[in-house]
Amino acid sequence: MYGNAYIDPNEKPLSILDGEDPIKLAEFEARIDRGEKIEPKDWMPKEYRKQLIRMIEQHAHSEIIGALPEGTWITRAPGFKRKLALMAKVQDEVGHAQLLYSAAETLGKSREAMINDLITGKSKYSNVFNYPALTWADSCIIAWLIDAGAIINQVANSKGSYGPYGRALERICVEESFHLKYGHHNVVTLATGTPFQRQMVQEALTRWWPPIMHFFGPSDKISNHTTILMRWKVKMASNDDMRQQFLNMYVPKIWDLGLVVPDVNLKLNEATGLWDYTEPDWDEFKRVINGGGPCNAERLAVRRNAEEKGRWVRKALLQKDSSYVTPLA
Amino acid sequence: MNTIAIKELLYKMADDLLIMGHRNSEWTGLGPVIEEDIAFSSMAQDKIGQAGALFEILHQLGENEPDTVAFMRDANKMHCSQFVELPNGEYDFSMIRHFLYDHADQLRFEMLVNSSFEPLAQVAKKIKGELKYHVFHANTWVVKLGNGTEESKARMQTALNESWNYALGMFETGDFEKELQSENIFEGEEALKTRWMANITPFIEKANLKVPDQSTWAPILGGRKGYHTEYLQQLVEEMGEVFRLDPTAQW
Repeated sequence: MYGNAYIDPNEKPLSILDGEDPIKLAEFEARIDRGEKIEPKDWMPKEYRKQLIRMIEQHAHSEIIGALPEGTWITRAPGFKRKLALMAKVQDEVGHAQLLYSAAETLGKSREAMINDLITGKSKYSNVFNYPALTWADSCIIAWLIDAGAIINQVANSKGSYGPYGRALERICVEESFHLKYGHHNVVTLATGTPFQRQMVQEALTRWWPPIMHFFGPSDKISNHTTILMRWKVKMASNDDMRQQFLNMYVPKIWDLGLVVPDVNLKLNEATGLWDYTEPDWDEFKRVINGGGPCNAERLAVRRNAEEKGRWVRKALLQKDSSYVTPLA
Repeated sequence: MNTIAIKELLYKMADDLLIMGHRNSEWTGLGPVIEEDIAFSSMAQDKIGQAGALFEILHQLGENEPDTVAFMRDANKMHCSQFVELPNGEYDFSMIRHFLYDHADQLRFEMLVNSSFEPLAQVAKKIKGELKYHVFHANTWVVKLGNGTEESKARMQTALNESWNYALGMFETGDFEKELQSENIFEGEEALKTRWMANITPFIEKANLKVPDQSTWAPILGGRKGYHTEYLQQLVEEMGEVFRLDPTAQW
């Protein structure tokens, strides 16, 4: 799962094309216009490389950090069926991180450097994972609606111009579609279950609605980078378009289950064909993404601890005179 | 068929797998490299699935539904060895336990392929094929880390020393060893232990590690009879936390 790549709107406007060879740049843009894919050894503008690394890296971090809130429910999942499915789901997410770190490595940044930037707080990850999954129902809402949002984002980006990222996303989307089915089945089970289960899932939806609305990122009007990133097919859909698509697909399904979305202004505007909603609190979003959320410190501490505890293992693997051991079993 | 003897055998195997699978799943998100998160999660899924298959046989023999049996019992009603219930600790202990446990389990299911109790023999064929890869994984890592850095060697030896008597406890004999043998259901814990020693020794040597001196061997017993460490009750309470909110509900 994944939220949209976050770009700090206060970052200095780019002198994006400074120093680029105009002929190579024109060829590059023509290739993109023709719908060709850019591959790792192809020429690319520095800014293209930088933005892609940032985007893929954030996505990879989101997968491993995202494994934490759901992972805490693996040991508590009710019954064999749910336990097995949740293990497989979270395992998929970690597998996505593996795939994405590899894709980002093709652009010249090592996995170690990326993980280091994550645990030192230099790189971001999707903001939704800075909120706690307080009950089993929270893990179900995440699996359904956050993964649904991720699919919208990733299906769009899989058609982007960078070959390795697009191919990774295509594979990821197939797996995410199972996650969504798993999440939906869970939410249906709770929403049609006992009064206690129903209350549990309603409370989880109420808690998760603001982070879900934040999930696609601030309105693109705020972002400096969007134009060129869209021209280069790094970013394939605007944040607002994706949010609208999400609302269009999932609000009716939520209402069908008799659940209440905690936004009195949420309705389909017949005139515009778009959903009206209360503007999400973007100050809260910025506060959380910059470290002030309920779980930021905990998530990074867990990750840092795992890195530190695993260091001796990685060192042993990198030992010069230790050769590959052919398994004999 | 001696149903009581078969049930005893099935319960201890199923509980070992359930608890070991649960412990393996706790590595999700926390492994030393991403690939190991994924590997431990795969093994966890296999083990939980295998436990489920054995609980299903127990259900056919008149025991409760698998979910109820797995998620509602307190620790003193469980028959896993104490070895599997110990917390994961660091990767060294988890890896050594994985190595010692999975060798034993693979051999156990290989032996059970010939069991006269047909439902178990059938399931054993499938499980044995899955466990092959678990053993494969453990062997590779134990040999690698045993031959790695000074720190990794020391850690692996310490983990082996600390695990050893718990591992011997896996072979605690039950009350029906003779019945199981005479009816060709299972060859018994002693035969399994002998094979296990023969199988693990070459890998321990290849890893440049040493089996603890025999004078120190003192199997830690009791798990099969419901005597457990403090960790198991915590584990079963966590595992049943949601299910126990309303065991009659559909989850």
